[in-house]
Amino acid sequence: MAGHEAPPKREEGAFKPKILGILCNWCSYAGADLAGGGRIQYPPDVRVVRVMCTGRVDPLFIMKAFTDGADGVLISGCHFGDCHYLEGNYKAAKRLFLVKNLLKNIGLEDKRLRMTFVSASEGAKWGKVITDVVKTVEELGPSPLAELTK
Amino acid sequence: MAERKTKKETAPKKETTAAVKKQAPKKAAIGEQPEAKKEARVGVFICHCGTNIAGSMDINAVQEYSKSIPNVAYVDNYKYMCSMPGQAVIDKAIKDNKLTGVVVAACSPRLHEPTFRTATKEGGLNPFKFEMANIREQNSWVHMHDPEGATDKAKDAIRIAVAKASLLEDLFPKSVPVERAAMVVGAGVAGMQAALDLANAGIKTYLVEKTPTIGGRMSQLDKTFPTLDCSQCILTPKMVDVGRSENIELMTYCDVESVEGYIGNFDVTIRKKARGVLTPKEAEARGIVGGGCNGCGDCEAVCPVVQPNTFEEGMKPRKAIYIQHPQVVPLIYTIDKESCIKCDLCVKICGDEKRAIDLNQEDEFVKVKVGTAILATGYDIFPIENKTEWGYKRYENVITSLEFERLICASGPTGGHMVRPSDGVAPKKVAFLLCAGSRDNTGIGKPYCSRFCCMYSLKHAHQLIEKMPGCQPYIFYMDIRSFGKMYEEFYYRIQDEGAKFIRGRVSNILEDPATKNLMVYADDTLLDRPMKLEVDLVVLAAAVQPAADTNRTRKLFGVSCSMDGWLLEAHPKLNPCGTTTAGVFLAGACQGPKDIPDTVASAEGAASAASIPIHTGHVELEPYFAQCIEEKCAGCGMCVNLCPYTALALVEKDGRKVMQVTEAKCKGCGTCGGFCPGGAIWMNHFATPQIVAQIDAFLLGGEQ
Ligand SMILES: Cc1cc2nc3c(=O)[nH]c(=O)nc-3n(C[C@H](O)[C@H](O)[C@H](O)COP(=O)(O)OP(=O)(O)OC[C@H]3O[C@@H](n4cnc5c(N)ncnc54)[C@H](O)[C@@H]3O)c2cc1C
Ligand code: SF4
Ligand code: SF4
Ligand code: FES
Repeated sequence: MAGHEAPPKREEGAFKPKILGILCNWCSYAGADLAGGGRIQYPPDVRVVRVMCTGRVDPLFIMKAFTDGADGVLISGCHFGDCHYLEGNYKAAKRLFLVKNLLKNIGLEDKRLRMTFVSASEGAKWGKVITDVVKTVEELGPSPLAELTK
Repeated sequence: MAERKTKKETAPKKETTAAVKKQAPKKAAIGEQPEAKKEARVGVFICHCGTNIAGSMDINAVQEYSKSIPNVAYVDNYKYMCSMPGQAVIDKAIKDNKLTGVVVAACSPRLHEPTFRTATKEGGLNPFKFEMANIREQNSWVHMHDPEGATDKAKDAIRIAVAKASLLEDLFPKSVPVERAAMVVGAGVAGMQAALDLANAGIKTYLVEKTPTIGGRMSQLDKTFPTLDCSQCILTPKMVDVGRSENIELMTYCDVESVEGYIGNFDVTIRKKARGVLTPKEAEARGIVGGGCNGCGDCEAVCPVVQPNTFEEGMKPRKAIYIQHPQVVPLIYTIDKESCIKCDLCVKICGDEKRAIDLNQEDEFVKVKVGTAILATGYDIFPIENKTEWGYKRYENVITSLEFERLICASGPTGGHMVRPSDGVAPKKVAFLLCAGSRDNTGIGKPYCSRFCCMYSLKHAHQLIEKMPGCQPYIFYMDIRSFGKMYEEFYYRIQDEGAKFIRGRVSNILEDPATKNLMVYADDTLLDRPMKLEVDLVVLAAAVQPAADTNRTRKLFGVSCSMDGWLLEAHPKLNPCGTTTAGVFLAGACQGPKDIPDTVASAEGAASAASIPIHTGHVELEPYFAQCIEEKCAGCGMCVNLCPYTALALVEKDGRKVMQVTEAKCKGCGTCGGFCPGGAIWMNHFATPQIVAQIDAFLLGGEQ
C-alpha cells in the first residue's frame, strides 16, 4: 500500500494510536532513512528509538511502553543472518516470543507487539511495514492497559 | 533569522521524573541515581533544511513547543544547521547558556551525527553529550501531505531526544593500534589494482583469490572498449607485477573461512584449498630441495581425464590436472579433486626430483592479522537460459557475449576464428541482443542495467566488421548507453562502420532444425512494426549478477548488500568505497556492474581509504561498550554465552563471582544488556535508564 501517494486521512476525532518503534541502527533504521530518501509516504504514528541492535531490546522496555500506555510496540532489525553483530536479532526474536506470551497472560492482544525484519535497502518495505502495523493497532483500538493507567 | 529565547523553567511533568529517577543509575558509582538529570540544561536546535523540513511542518510550532519540554534551556532554529554558520549557532549557545547537552532536530544521525558531535565539542562539551532527532528522513520526507501529523511527530521526537540528552554521559573513544597489513578478497582487475596500490604504499597485503589464478573476468576478454587495446596485453603485466611484488602475499585457490575482530585488528582465517600440487616453496618445506611445480605441463599431457575448461566457457577441454590458460599467475598446476581418478600417471611423469604432486594433500588453514580489508569479488554471468524465449542451451548457435569474447580471441578455443558452434562455419549474419536479462521486470531477469553490455556489444560488432568482411552485425537494443569518456564517439564510429541497429526487444527465437539458422522475432519500435530476421548466430549480452560466494563472504565481514545482492556502500555519494563495517571497503564490480575504467578507479579509491587507518597507525573506536554494575550482578553467567564476541567472562571478586567485560572485544551490540535479568549491565550511550527515559518521554511526557 505504502507508496508515493499520501496515506488516507483519518477522520476527525478518530483513534490515533501511540506506537513505539525500536530500530536497530544498521538495517531497519537505515531502511527507514531510505524510505525517506525515496519519499515513500506512510502514516506518522510510530515514534522511533534507535539502538545499535535489536539484541539490546530488554523485555523491560516493551513492558514499560505498554504500562506507560503504548497501543503498540514494533521492534525492527536486520534479516536473520544479516545482523551486524551476527545473531543479536535471533536472541531478540526468542525473547520477544516470551514477551508475547506474557502479554497474552495479562490479557493484552499479542498482536500489539510485532517484530519485523527490514534491511538497509528496503525503503519501500519499511513504508509497508509501518502502514500495516498502524492498521493492526487501529483495528485493535486503544490498549486496555492504557485505559487502566490513565 | 532565528528567534532566540531562553526557556522559562517548567516543572517536569507527572510520572516522567519519577520513572526516570527510579530507573536511572548514575555513572560514578553505577547503580545509583544520576546527578546530571537535575541540572541538565539542554539546547534544542531545529533545522529547516531549506524547505526539506520546513516545507512539511510548522517549525514555529515545534520551536514554541520545545521551550516547554523539561530540561530545555535554549531553543533555536536555522536554515541549515549543518552549515558553518549553523554549527556556530550551536557553539555559541552552548557557551552563552551553559548547556550540558545538545539536541539537533534535523536529518538522520546516520548522516550528520559526526558533524554535530564535532560542533558540540567545539562548544566545550564532550561530543557524546549530543542526541539527534530525525525529523527529515523519518518525518518530513515521509509525511509530506500531513503537516499536522509531521509537526506532532517532530515535537515528540524532540521530547524523546531531550530525555536522552539529559541523561547522557561523557564518553571517550578508545584509541587502538592498527595492524600494518591489509587484505584484498578477489583478484580480478579491481583486487589486483587495490593490492598493488597498497603494496606500493608500503603495506603488507594478502591477496585472496578463490580460483587457482589471478586476473578475473578481464583475462577472458579479447579487446577492451573504447580504445580496443588487447585485454591480455594490458592485464598480463599487472598480473606479473602482483606476482612479483614483495609486499603482496598471493593466496590463490583460497577462501576466507572466518573473520574476527574489528578495524585495526581483524583476525582472518584462510582456507588454502588443497591444490594437489606443491609450489616450490611448499616442496622445500617438505624437504624436497629444488622440487615443486615449475609449470612444465608434462602432467597435463598424460592425464586421462577430460572435462570442460571453464575459462574457455566450456568450449575447450581441459584435464583433471590443469592451468586455466597459459598466462596464469602463479604458474602452478591444480588438480580438480572431483574428477581426478587417482591413476597416479601425473605423479610418475612429474618424477622424483620435482615430486610436485601430492594426490592426498589436505586443505590447510592459515591465520593472518590485518588492519583493513577490501572486498573485490566481482560478478558472474546471469544464467540466461532462464529466459527460455531466446533458446540459450537449446539452440547451438545462441551464445553469450563472454563466449563470443573467447571465440574471437586469438588465444581462445578456435585460435580466434569466429565460427558458429553447430558447424564450425563463419557466420554471415549475427544478431546481438542487448539487455538480455537486464532491465527486466518480469521477475526472471534483473531489474538493473548491467552497464557494460551496450559498449562491449558495439565492440563485438566492430570486431566482426573488421575481421570478417561481408559479415553483417544486427544490434537489437532498447537504448544505447554510451555514457563514458569517448564512448558516444565509439558508438558513432560503429554506426559508420555499418552495423545495423534495431530498436526493440526480441520476443522469440526459433531454430531451423535443418540449417540451425535462427529466426529472430522482434518489434521494431522506431518503425512501429513487428519484424523477423534470419541470422546464423545470436549473441546474448547476458546480464551480470554478484559472484557466487559473495553472500557468504560479505557476511563474514559484516557487509550489507542491496536487494539484488550487490555489496552495499556506506553512502552512495559521500562514501562509495566504504561499508557499514569500519575498516572494510569495496572495489570494482562486486558493488554493482562497472566497466574497467570505473573498476580501476574504485579500486584505487578503496586502496587509498584502506591505507589511511594503517598510515595513521591508530583508530578510535566508538565507546559503546558494555560495563558491569558489580553491585547488581548475581554472577549467573547467562550473559557470557550470549556475547557473540566472547567479550564477557565471570571472575572472582571479593569472594563472589561477577561478570567482567574485555572492552577491546566488545562491539557494543547490547545483546548482553538486553538480557541481564538483574539489570547489571550498563550499555554506554544506550543505557537502560536512558532508553527508559526516552520511552517515558514519548508516552508520559507529551501533551496528554
Ligand atoms: C562479455 C564482456 C565483455 C566486457 N568487455 C569489456 C570491455 O571491453 N571494456 C571494459 O571496460 N569492461 C568490459 N567488461 C567488464 C569487465 O569484465 C569488468 O569491468 C571487470 O572484470 C570487473 O573487474 P572486477 O575485478 O571488479 O571483477 P572480476 O573480474 O569478476 O574479478 C573478481 C575476482 O574475484 C574472485 N572472487 C569472487 N568471489 C570470491 C570470493 N568469495 N573469495 C575470493 N575470491 C573471489 C573471482 O574469482 C575473480 O577473480 C566486459 C564484461 C563482459 C561480461
Ligand atoms: S547476566 Fe547479568 S547477572 Fe548474570 S553474570 Fe551477566 S551481568 Fe552478571
Ligand atoms: S554489548 Fe555485550 S554481547 Fe554485545 S559485544 Fe559487548 S559484551 Fe558482547
Ligand atoms: S544489527 Fe540489526 S538486528 Fe542486530
